[in-house]
Amino acid sequence: MDLIADHISHRFGALDVLDDVSFTLGAGEVVAIVGPSGCGKSTLLSILGGLLQPSAGAARLRGAPPADSLNPLTFVFQDFALLPWCTVEANVEFPLLHTGLSITERRAVVDDALRRTGLSEFRTTFPKQLSGGMRQRVGIARALAVKPAILLMDEPLSALDSQTRELLMEDFIGLLADGAMGAVYVTHNLEEAIRLADRIVVLSRRPGRVREVIAVPVKRSERGDMSARGQLLALQNDLWSLIRKQAIDAEREVQHA
Amino acid sequence: MLERAKPAEPRQPEAKAEARQVRFRGAGFVPSADRQGDWIAGWIALLAVLALWQLAGSAGLVNPLFLPTPLSIGRATYQLAASGALWHHLSYSLMRIGVGWVLGTVAGIAVGFAIGLFTVARSVGITFISALFPIPKIALLPLLILWLGIGEEPKIATIALGVFFSTAISVYGGVDAVPRNLIRMAQSFNVPFSTIVRRVIWPGALPSILAGFRITASVALLLVVSAEMIGAEYGIGAFVLQAGNLMQTDQLLAGVVILSLFGLAVGKLINLLEARLLHWR
Repeated sequence: MDLIADHISHRFGALDVLDDVSFTLGAGEVVAIVGPSGCGKSTLLSILGGLLQPSAGAARLRGAPPADSLNPLTFVFQDFALLPWCTVEANVEFPLLHTGLSITERRAVVDDALRRTGLSEFRTTFPKQLSGGMRQRVGIARALAVKPAILLMDEPLSALDSQTRELLMEDFIGLLADGAMGAVYVTHNLEEAIRLADRIVVLSRRPGRVREVIAVPVKRSERGDMSARGQLLALQNDLWSLIRKQAIDAEREVQHA
Repeated sequence: MLERAKPAEPRQPEAKAEARQVRFRGAGFVPSADRQGDWIAGWIALLAVLALWQLAGSAGLVNPLFLPTPLSIGRATYQLAASGALWHHLSYSLMRIGVGWVLGTVAGIAVGFAIGLFTVARSVGITFISALFPIPKIALLPLLILWLGIGEEPKIATIALGVFFSTAISVYGGVDAVPRNLIRMAQSFNVPFSTIVRRVIWPGALPSILAGFRITASVALLLVVSAEMIGAEYGIGAFVLQAGNLMQTDQLLAGVVILSLFGLAVGKLINLLEARLLHWR
């Protein structure tokens, strides 16, 4: 199943946020969206996931989702968005409650998602008792439970410390390795974008326009190799020089706002 | 030629100076009534005030007609309980509070949720609530007597009205306070509206709703006493007024003690509810 951003523009009142953004996410592909602060990355993701109506253009799906997918487009949120009154297993079960699955089937799906994310021991724990990294794991387990075709990840690591970020990045790479799921990964962290994405969409400062779409020239499985480091570092520098000037302008704009 | 600075003399180690402990400056600004010592301190303070009061009365420093001693209030309360009069009055008050509070709460929750969830209900509801909430509800009692007769109905309606407005406000405030990201999360999984209300908005608004219960319990107590003082033969309010008219100040204060105990009991009940329903906080 492909996800298409088809000439998407958006305004919040008098504020132009996105301007004619188009790109296509192929089946099993991972696309990162980067750009200066306030360029509309998260707004674009909300539009792609159907949580926000664009002012113009549309988000479109091409092809059928996998037969067993309960929610083809599934978000992983920056702030985890866990129900604080529910245990870990109840949080993971939450999106399954209305799907018509029997209790036994739901239990099996939850068990599988908790096992895949290493949360089986924490099933009766409440979110407030977990670290940030573990909370995001619950968010990922909840997303996996509905067998998504495409994960929509809105800066999923930005609220976490660097060690936890590293561990979860390894988890993401593992989850996306077999190409069964695609992902749109919104981030301001260029290193994360390069490690995870097949292609990187660079947005301009507000209103966000597609400045460039850059393919990462190394296979994801080989990006940890020493031989690829130089190439990836050069790509990161190129990306930064593309964004730097606009990031400074955006930063000043935010300070003066 | 510039003279080069002489290299600094190495600083003498301060081994001989006595090391001082860094003074702790982080105390205070965290009052807590949970600690055992603080809890006991509260009871000791209460008992001390009662003892002083009793001593002042027993020594003849205070006229018992104006301020009966705690022991005489205790005796009056016991006599009231033994004669059955206490339960008789209390049962009327409890019935009025119970029915009025339940009616007001159910209506308040329904209207509060409607205001919190629907645009039209919000614009209409908030206008009416803003206009009617500030009216002292007891001022409506004569009108309610005119409409509903002189039985229990106007008293219950007065309590229900008072409870309704506070409940509606705390409920829609609670609905507004539910983090929007949780609602968006549920929507992103295609969770139906009714499930979002039941499983996201209701539990999210519950802290505010229970805080509202605490307020409405006090409002109901205030209104039942006021209403009973205006037009009732039985009830704690009527009893207190009657005792005042007859200068039976020990009985009057016995009635006040009963009201205080009732308020305390309701507070404890809500504490229990909070501990049970909001354990996740």
